[in-house]
Amino acid sequence: MEGWLAGWFGAPAAVTLWTFAKILAIVVPIILCVAYLTLAERKVIGFMQLRIGPNRVGPKGLLQPFADVLKLLVKEVVVPSSASKFLFFIAPMLSLMPALAAWAVMPFTDSMVLSNIDAGLLYVLAITSMGVYGVLVASWASNSKYALLGAMRSAAQIVAYEIAMGFALVCVLMMSGSLNLSVIVDAQRTQFGILGWNLIPLFPMFVVYFISAVAETNRAPFDVAEGESEIVAGFHVEYSGTAFAVFFLAEYANMILVSALAVLMFLGGWLSPVAGIPDGFFWFAAKTAFLLFCFLWIRATFPRYRYDQIMRLGWKVLIPLTIVWLLLIGVLMRMSWWPW
Amino acid sequence: MNFEASVFYFFSAILVIAALRVITARNPVHSALFLVLAFFTAAALWLLLEAEFLAIVLVLVYVGAVMVLFLFVIMMLDLNLEKLREGYWDYLLPSLIVAGVMVVEMAVILGGRYFGLAAMPHPPAAGADYSNTKALGRLLYTEYVYAFEIAAVILLVAIVAAIALTLRSQKKNKYQAAYKQIAVRRSDRVRLVSMPGEERDRGDAP
Repeated sequence: MEGWLAGWFGAPAAVTLWTFAKILAIVVPIILCVAYLTLAERKVIGFMQLRIGPNRVGPKGLLQPFADVLKLLVKEVVVPSSASKFLFFIAPMLSLMPALAAWAVMPFTDSMVLSNIDAGLLYVLAITSMGVYGVLVASWASNSKYALLGAMRSAAQIVAYEIAMGFALVCVLMMSGSLNLSVIVDAQRTQFGILGWNLIPLFPMFVVYFISAVAETNRAPFDVAEGESEIVAGFHVEYSGTAFAVFFLAEYANMILVSALAVLMFLGGWLSPVAGIPDGFFWFAAKTAFLLFCFLWIRATFPRYRYDQIMRLGWKVLIPLTIVWLLLIGVLMRMSWWPW
Repeated sequence: MNFEASVFYFFSAILVIAALRVITARNPVHSALFLVLAFFTAAALWLLLEAEFLAIVLVLVYVGAVMVLFLFVIMMLDLNLEKLREGYWDYLLPSLIVAGVMVVEMAVILGGRYFGLAAMPHPPAAGADYSNTKALGRLLYTEYVYAFEIAAVILLVAIVAAIALTLRSQKKNKYQAAYKQIAVRRSDRVRLVSMPGEERDRGDAP
């Protein structure tokens, strides 16, 4: 395919075009996944609350996401009179960009990856750490008290939980000895299937990572940045129409991203859980879907945390736990007390 | 001009403009955001130098954490823009002189015999499997381990000092003891009372 393009346009243009095609092949399915994740959320939470959920648009409500998108697109975008216009419109993009850019290094199978760079994990961490600017800039630019309160909460929360998340991932790095995401998955390949995954020796780290992931994506029960009952809608209170839709898209794209990352780090990526069954993209998708279901499950189950409780959990419970486990893994590796 | 050079000039231009806007922007929040842009562009330049670990850590630490806290504080302040702008023109001349001296110093060093282009040729490009992170880690924990540990201890002292300075008013604060909240059982809060049932009054039922 690339050779064919090179024959038509010349080599440099062919590389650009081919990479662009690959980017589209990643981004378009992600956006479709986001659309259907919103439907899945309403259906799953409906099921858990003994309701039916949306079932009117299309067969079994399957066209509901498109109806929602259409509704948001035709709505008027209201700009507050004293808003900082440029920042007001760039904020939703700042929030969506990291969620999509991080997919550049995610391996879907051992050969399907856009860019197999050496410091892949660091790249993902650095890019996702920029997501908080969307929240901060949006709230400041819209010049509203509620939005600013939401941003203050969000910034403190994200900075706190990023540390716990980072330490949990450092444990994974020690186990696999590489920052490359493909190598990290390959290091979990043993003849024992599920027993070789990082999930087993690093189970507490997996729990810490998942809790931090819920907090990082501002999902319930850590959604104090939005907190409908206290600060209306938090940082995006002044947004409407398309601009709001982009924030919405970013939140769900982030959820998919952190779930996929957890699958690569702890759940063996595309490896099959039972030795003998072939590996493949199917396993990666299935594991990611399961973690996304857990996100929805948690949202339907737990009440919102109070702000000071969130800070306490992050700084006084999760971070000390990760440091202790880091030391433990270090000692285990130094002594070579490793079962496999 | 080859591709690499044009990329360098592109990012350098953005970096210089962003850095200038940090000091010329009217609003402190805009200044801080331009500083974020400057950091990010500097990281892109480092990537061009094949220092991918340092570049990514620059984004992770400065853009992802330090500048977030900066913005956090600036957004909370009640700033008087007029007062902030006072004396801008008074300070402009001294700062231009300092900047000019720095440019001359850098030109002297980089144009001289020891750091010039002739003395410092472009290093050969590393192979695809070369891990910048591993090389840095190996150096930090073997050759420069003392410097590294001393820096860590100094940072720890700084943390302790900062906390000690800000925790002075702790005695007056009221806070909840989380361990007591967690230790609560149902029997501490709820008393089940057994009452005899009462006959419903059926006289005026509809």
